[in-house]
Formats: sequence, structure tokens, C-alpha cells
Amino acid sequence: MRAALEVAREGVDVALLSKVYPLRSHSVAAQGGINAAVGDDDSWENHAYDTVKGSDYLGDQDAIEVLCREATDDIIELERMGTVFSRRPDGRIDQRPFGGAGFPRTCYVADITGQALLHVLHEQVLKLNVRTYDEWFVTSLIVEDGRCRGAVAMNMRDGRIEALPAKAVIVAAGGFGRIYTPTSNSLISTGDGHALAYRAGAPLMDMEFVQFHPTTLKESGVLITEGARGEGGYLLNAEGERFLARYAPNKMELAARDVVSRAEQTEIDEGRGVDGCVLLDLRHLGKKLINERLFQIRELALDLTNTDFVDAPVPVRPGMHYAMGGIKTDADGASPIDGLYAAGECACVSVHGANRLGGNSLLETIVFGRRAGKAAAEYAEGQPSPQVTPAAAERDTKAIAELMSRPPDGERMADLRAEMGAAMNKGVGIFRTRDGIAAALDKVRELKRRWRNVQVQNKGKVFNLELLSVIELGFMIDLAEVIALGALDREESRGAHSRRDFPDRDDQSWMKHTIAYQRPDGPQLSYAPVTKTRWEPEKRVY
Amino acid sequence: MEARLRVRRYDPSTDGTPTYQSYAIEVAGSATILDTLLKIREQVDGTLAFRCACRSAICGSCAMRVNGVSRLACKTKVVSVAARGQEVTVEPLANLPVIKDLVADMEPFYDKMRAVIPWLEIDPAKRMPLREYLVDAARSMKLSQYAACIQCAVCYSACPIVAIDDRYLGPAALTKAFRFCHDPRDDGTALRLARVAQEQGLWRCHTIFSCAEQCPKAVNPTEAIQGLKRIALLRRLGLGRKA
Repeated sequence: MRAALEVAREGVDVALLSKVYPLRSHSVAAQGGINAAVGDDDSWENHAYDTVKGSDYLGDQDAIEVLCREATDDIIELERMGTVFSRRPDGRIDQRPFGGAGFPRTCYVADITGQALLHVLHEQVLKLNVRTYDEWFVTSLIVEDGRCRGAVAMNMRDGRIEALPAKAVIVAAGGFGRIYTPTSNSLISTGDGHALAYRAGAPLMDMEFVQFHPTTLKESGVLITEGARGEGGYLLNAEGERFLARYAPNKMELAARDVVSRAEQTEIDEGRGVDGCVLLDLRHLGKKLINERLFQIRELALDLTNTDFVDAPVPVRPGMHYAMGGIKTDADGASPIDGLYAAGECACVSVHGANRLGGNSLLETIVFGRRAGKAAAEYAEGQPSPQVTPAAAERDTKAIAELMSRPPDGERMADLRAEMGAAMNKGVGIFRTRDGIAAALDKVRELKRRWRNVQVQNKGKVFNLELLSVIELGFMIDLAEVIALGALDREESRGAHSRRDFPDRDDQSWMKHTIAYQRPDGPQLSYAPVTKTRWEPEKRVY
Repeated sequence: MEARLRVRRYDPSTDGTPTYQSYAIEVAGSATILDTLLKIREQVDGTLAFRCACRSAICGSCAMRVNGVSRLACKTKVVSVAARGQEVTVEPLANLPVIKDLVADMEPFYDKMRAVIPWLEIDPAKRMPLREYLVDAARSMKLSQYAACIQCAVCYSACPIVAIDDRYLGPAALTKAFRFCHDPRDDGTALRLARVAQEQGLWRCHTIFSCAEQCPKAVNPTEAIQGLKRIALLRRLGLGRKA
């Protein structure tokens, strides 16, 4: 939506198309906040340094400088759009401490920051009267003569498939959490944007870097905000010890997410966990603060675990949360394919490198959504009206007809998805080894074959969600293969990619981005250099 | 445990009238209505249509009626609405047309949201602050109570006035209007009141509190509508400074 606003402001015709109504998108679930150096004693350079260090020196420093330098103006603009930021006593925007940050830099709206921002952007979309195609599912991007000329999409209300010509396309479709089980991500986070671009010939970058959030609920994977630790919450093991003292003595619970998640998993693996979890203890914060600033997670924990943060610690564990990798773009959101742009979680600029800092993802959607919108609008103005050949829509219509006509005795989508989720969690999770990754990769390749035999019982045209879930599963299997292959080849440990068989970071051989192109027999990997501006790699200690 | 759901089925392209279909399926003791519906769609009946996304009561997709009460399916445990083995009736939101099964056509609801000028309206002649606006912390916290509305339409489905007057704007839209009229940064109160201070608008609310009772996010639309009435009255009496 931020991208669409910018296109509209440039006076260029734009439409938003999504498989859900805009308010249902997964950004709505972001809780803790959005980073910007708006504080008097802070600076964008501090923010950039923390981000570079957080990325374990894989982030491109020129892109990180853009992110952090432009963050403050974007926050002020969001405030002027009407965001009800939590305030300091003097009326200015309040900021809370967050993981991996040297300054309390995270602006927030209690623990519903994502919802607040998504709704504010939607208000602006309504104000500027941006056209929306709600509940349209994109089946492919149209790339002809090396240029992106639109998309093919299905109107979910009647099953009609249409080619939608466009001078430029911005993909802002979020993450792929559903490749893993469990995940904090929404049921709709199925990597559609990543997969559509990949299948259209765009490269994916750094896909093996998958963030595990330190505090998710055990069974559902539902997120408990980092803000809980930002406000002073403790993580305890079975012995009641604040174990982070042994892993990150300076920052304790507020070390970077990869560090905290590894610490938790080590405690659990070494027998100091509680039923496969550690404990998040907020009791000492008091009921008043919890109700004012963390009311949503209090209610979530009550609903889902029958535990009240006010009275008792809540069991949490690391859970798949975020994709650092994505469609390779420059700092204007442009992919290597003319006319194809990407922004947000599905893009890889790269500002997060090997590990994203909490509070930087909402920021990325705003800064790079705006920049992609501006660049795409400028590009589109110089383009002739796109002509789309009927072949594009016909190909997808045929493919879907084939899916619908499969015999009803095939395999179930949900069984394949469960096998993929378990294999990826086990083999390409927090700690990885050659054998573990290879086993996951074998499983994914097996699932790729079996996908062709998945059944679609529902032959209806109206809201056929079973059909869409089979297509989504196909997207996810393609991406899982890229993730696993990238992880297998990267023989070092960096950020969220932690190899037990290669425990050290290897800047000599591996301070480089992984690039994946789709080829008929699977992903083809190559590597690209990291851009360094002013920060030399250091040992990463919290 | 075994969950038993009785689901209203309707496919406008083929069915003349809605029917009810019963399902029984094994789920965890902690399963929600949404968990149960997902399991049914994935393992028993791929034709069942319902919306869902976040599973954590923040996206507003999965509102429906459970035993006649409008709720979020992801926030409603099966055991909380049914004694052991009892069947639970699941139906789409009331007061809206149905697209298929539990998928309501939300357009009339969204149209009403759009009608109240649901954005911060700034007087272009106003001098803008150099940085952010300064807003009192307590006021901001109060505003965030109303901004926490997720537009799930539970209140719209629960409102007995909407049920008898489909032109009534309804609790969510009026709450949105109040959220901006109560915002010290906003200059759109007069414009907005022209849209909402009318018979099918805020004066239609009979303070029955169904919305407040059933809102899954404790937004309290009734309170917001009362606040809006107060602003409208003060304006009419010529006392219309920002409350």
C-alpha cells in the first residue's frame, strides 16, 4: 500500500491487487514497533551500525544507509497520516528498547504497531481513491521480451482468470513462513511473491537466511512480541536462571534474535528447557504496564495457553518468523527484469543480511515501498501501453483446468505441506548440518514430484480455496528447494544460518550473497559481492 | 476430542437455498473453531469456504456466527461453546449477503466504512509542525483503543439496528468517525458530522450494547457512538470546540 500511495502521488494510474482485503495482510500481525533514530541523542548512523552488525555483515551497507537515513522522515509522515503512536509525557513519539539496538529506537503503538500502520496506510489508499482488486489471486507474472508487462490473476469470487496488463508491477506479497511448521506467520504467507518472480526469471537472493523469533507460543507458533523483552521481560530456563547471561552478557534478552534463539534452543537441547520451551517472565513489570503496552499478547497467551502474563511465566520457544532473503532488488526496488519491482519481506535489497533486527521489517516496507513506488511510476511514464498476448492467460487457464481434472484419489495437499514443514524445521532450522540439510532437500525434491499427484476435490468456481492452497503449495516447494540448496552450499555460520559442522563465520570465502535462478532441473546458484561503505566486519558480540 | 460442527452451506451458483451440513472430526482439546474448520477443509471436505489468515485475532478475516453469536473463529475454542460432544452451529455473519458458505460479502460494510471519511483530514491552510504533532499520552492511548478496531464486522453482524435498517451506518463505521473526530490532529469533524449526524447515522444507535458486548477487541463502539453524539450536540449548541 505504501508503494501504491507513492505511485498515486506521482499522478500515475495504479491498482492494488491482493488475494485478501488489504487489512488482512500479514503486516497486521507485527506487534512491537518500527525503528527510526528520531530520539535527540540517537543518529541514523547508530541505527545503521546496529543494522549492519545485526546482519552479521551480509547486509549491503549502501542500502542500510538509505533505510536508516530516510527512516526518520517516514516516521514523521506516518504520524502525520494519523498513526496513534504511544507517546512520551511531553507528547512526542515514545520509543522502546529492542533487540540488537544500542538505543531505545523502536517507535510503537502498544503491541499492535503493525495493525495501526496497516490501517493508516489503508486510510490513505481510500483517501487517494486507489483502485483495488480485492481477493484476486495472482497465478503468474507476464514477462515478454525481457520486460514485465502485467500479471495473470484469478478473481476468487467467480474463478475467472484474466490477464491484467501493466507498464510496471511491484510485488509486495510478504513472506513464506508457511514453508515451515510451526511458524508465526499468517496462513496466507505462502511465498507467492517470491515464487511468482522466481518462476518469471527473476533471481532470489540469500534465501537460506530464515529468522527464528525467540518468543513464539509452543503449539500454534503465534508470536509474542520482542516488545515484551524490550519492556524488561526475562527469559528463564527450567532452573529459573536468566540463561542469556551465559550467551550475551551485555545485552542479555535484548541480543539479536538469532543469538537469543540459539541460546534458547541450546538450553532446551541440553535438558534445561520446560517441555520443549523456555519461560518468558513478565510478572515483575506489573499489571498496569502489561495492560497499557502489551495488552494484545496478554490476551493471546490467555486465549491460547490459558496462562496470564500478570500471574505466571508463559512457555515460549523459537519459531520460524521471517525471510531475510527474497527477490533481488536495488535500493529503488527494481529487480533485474525491466518493469518488475519488489518491496517488503518478499524483496532482498539487502538490508537485513543474515539476520534482521526487530523493528526493521515494518520500516523496510515503508522506506522501500515508497522508493519502489516512485521508481516504478517514473519507469511506467516512459513506457508505451502494454500489449499482452492471449497466451499468458490461456496458459494459466489450462494449468488450472489440469489441476481441477485430477483424479480424486490423489494425495492430500495438507499431508505434503505437513511433511515439508517438518522436514524444513528439522533440517533447515536454527542449527543445521550437511546431513540434515541434505535430508530436507531430498524430501523437498520428493514432494516436488508428488505435488503433480495432489488432488483437488472441489470443482467449484466460487472461493475455491482448496484449489488455491494446492497452487500455494507448489510455490512453497519451489522456494523450499532454493532455501535448502543455499543452506547446503554455504559452509559457514553467519546470522541465522548456523552450521554445526562449520561453526565460524568465514569472511574470506563467504561474505557474499547467494543468488538463485530457476532452471528446468532446479535452482542454479551463483554469488555476488556484499557492498561495504564504512563498517569493517568485526566479531559480533552482544 | 471429537468436535462436531453443523455448518451452513450455500453456493449461490448451484444451490437455491442454504442447507446445513454436519461434520465430526478429531481435534486437540485446545482447538478453536478455526482449527476445526481448517481440518475439515483439508481432510474431509475441500469444498467448504471460509476466510482466515492470521490465527491470532488481529487480521479480522474469520468473523462468523457460532451458535448464533458473532465471533472470530480463531479466538473461539470449541470447548468454550459446546459441552463435550455437543454440536456447534456455524453460520456466516448476519446482516450481509453470502458469497459462499461462511464467506460473507463484506462490500456493504466496507462501503459504510468509506462513507465516514475514514482518514485524518488536515486543513491544507494549517501550519504543520516541524516534526511530529505533540499529542497528550493519555489521549493517544484512548485513541488507540478505537484504532484497535480490526474491521472484522462482528459488531455489524451483532447489531439489532443494522438488522432492521440496512442503511444504518453501523457501529464500526461510527467508531471510525469518532476515532478521527476525537483526534486533536484532525480538522474534519464538520465534514464528517455532515455525513454521520443524520437519521441513518449516529442518531439511529439505541445503545443496546450488542456491539460492545461482542467486540473481540474490546473497542467499545457504543461508547464511541456516545462520544460522537456529544461532539455533534456541542457543535449544534455552538460549543463545538474540539472535545
